[in-house]
Amino acid sequence: MSEPIEYTKIFGRPESLKETPTHYCPGCGHSVAHRLVAECLDELGLREYTIGVPPVGCAVLAYNYFNFDMVEAPHGRALAVATGIKRVHPDKFVLTYQGDGDLAAIGTAETIHAANRGERISTIFINNAIYGMTGGQMAPTTVLGQNATTAPGGRDPRLHGRPIDISRMLAVSDGVVFVERCALNSVKDIRKAKKAIKKSFQCQLDDLGFSLVELLSPCPTNWKLTPKAAWDWVNDVMAKTYPLGVIKDITGYEDKK
Amino acid sequence: MPSERMLMNGSHTVGEAAVRAGCRYYFGYPITPQNELPEYLSARMLDVGGTFIQGESEVASINMVLGASVAGGRAMTSSSSPGISLKQEGISYMAGMELPAVIINMMRGGPGLGNIAPSAADYFQATRGGGHGDYRTPVLAPAGGQELADLTFVAFDLADKYRNPVMLLGDGLMGQVMEPVVFPDFVDLKDLPKKDWILDGCKGRPPRAIYSMLLGQQGELYKHNLHLQEKYDRITAEELRWETKQTDDAEIVVVAYGTAARIAESATEELKAEGIRAGLFRPITLWPFPLPALRELSKKVPKIAVFELSMGQMVEDAILSVGERAEIYFHGLPGGIIPTPSQVAGFIRSAVKGDGTVGRRIDV
Repeated sequence: MSEPIEYTKIFGRPESLKETPTHYCPGCGHSVAHRLVAECLDELGLREYTIGVPPVGCAVLAYNYFNFDMVEAPHGRALAVATGIKRVHPDKFVLTYQGDGDLAAIGTAETIHAANRGERISTIFINNAIYGMTGGQMAPTTVLGQNATTAPGGRDPRLHGRPIDISRMLAVSDGVVFVERCALNSVKDIRKAKKAIKKSFQCQLDDLGFSLVELLSPCPTNWKLTPKAAWDWVNDVMAKTYPLGVIKDITGYEDKK
Repeated sequence: MPSERMLMNGSHTVGEAAVRAGCRYYFGYPITPQNELPEYLSARMLDVGGTFIQGESEVASINMVLGASVAGGRAMTSSSSPGISLKQEGISYMAGMELPAVIINMMRGGPGLGNIAPSAADYFQATRGGGHGDYRTPVLAPAGGQELADLTFVAFDLADKYRNPVMLLGDGLMGQVMEPVVFPDFVDLKDLPKKDWILDGCKGRPPRAIYSMLLGQQGELYKHNLHLQEKYDRITAEELRWETKQTDDAEIVVVAYGTAARIAESATEELKAEGIRAGLFRPITLWPFPLPALRELSKKVPKIAVFELSMGQMVEDAILSVGERAEIYFHGLPGGIIPTPSQVAGFIRSAVKGDGTVGRRIDV
């Protein structure tokens, strides 16, 4: 009889994710973003100390997928709700997870002021340049020329105004210590995104101030593209309006190369 | 120990009472005529290790309250009429999510920006839910002074007891006027009932999620609304508050709340000298409205005179209570005008005579 083989688990579901199948469409960036957030919380040992605030939008049901305490916020108000939570529990970890409509349209005031107060909160900003849950209406971040159900023929700056780059706007605030824009459309960029998310979490743990990671996230369904074409579109079109990279970093952290 | 007898304006009174009732989280946005309340708390919260944030808007402030509440704190916001309109979204969410909070409305004239003088025209908004959806918030209507302090304590206790937002409905007059007050002792935060539903990290227990969206196909929202209604029914059965004065042998009873009730009370004194026996029925909970008590009273008194600092809002609840058991008269004044007791006495006199010179008879 041969010896039993000993297995070592080298990959699995993060504890911070429930075993619930998500409702996200094939090719959507949300499930990747969820996983990255969950992996970072696990690796930093934060799951049991975390209170999360999802948006109104496609990720409104995130509390069905994340395996830690979560509370719904009215559309756009996640950072106001998170502020209230953090002030009651300054020793707990508070994160918001918000889409572009939530964070950069209806919640612009809450976003800017929470960031400017330097709230010790980490924000994951999913930018897919469209309103996903409501079915493809123009988002504040819809790029010029991009079709939307409320911008027929494509976004025209004279008719619809220009896309907003809220990450760069936030970077001018002294309360903000770290802002990085990443993408969820390649293994390389997903790995970069994870590193940025972890850094943002560290900012809160070290009581430095507000931090945000923007994730350019494919929405094949509402972009009317196949998942593969949507991934390409992130690079070919979206990243031209929203260039990837660190937008602000006054953390003083020495990044490992 | 209760405090010494102090002379304070109504806004400061509510602020001090809130701190003593265990409120450690205040979020608000400036609006006249209630700015003295956030100003007071901006300093007082520092004394007691609490949190004061001047939010970027009323909308942000009520959602900070939502966050502090779900995290387990006793939380409060305050505003005046236009600002309260902006808070309605958050109040609706908190009602749906069953989160306690105290909301102070020092009413001013409306609609729109209106003016900054006292008014009582937010009765409908306060008692009918205010925001969207099938929900209720208990509404306490102090008549100023000591009652502002006492009902602030009651508001926090009711909010926690029923896991529901509670509104304290004052007006610009009682917010500004200085009156003597004795504060109850500080609540020891350790003595407050334990909340086993809050979000404080899931260490040692399964994660919790608190939300109002119920998309399920098994009638989840339907069941949730029935559950809320059962709670509102319990509040209606158990939490009615009102005060009566000189109603025993009255030929007419004035129904009024808040500042209007204090003016009306002076008017009844003035009428006593003329031999008119006028009593006072003062609802203290506006929702739930003390309907059974007013109904009983209307069986013994031939005339009910409703006086409001609005063009007629509470009068609808009075009509529901009284029906055809007594004659109902109504006199309302728009916001921004504070009548003298003599003017209100004129209304009561007219109602007694039934001559229709001041106010009007309601044909039920």
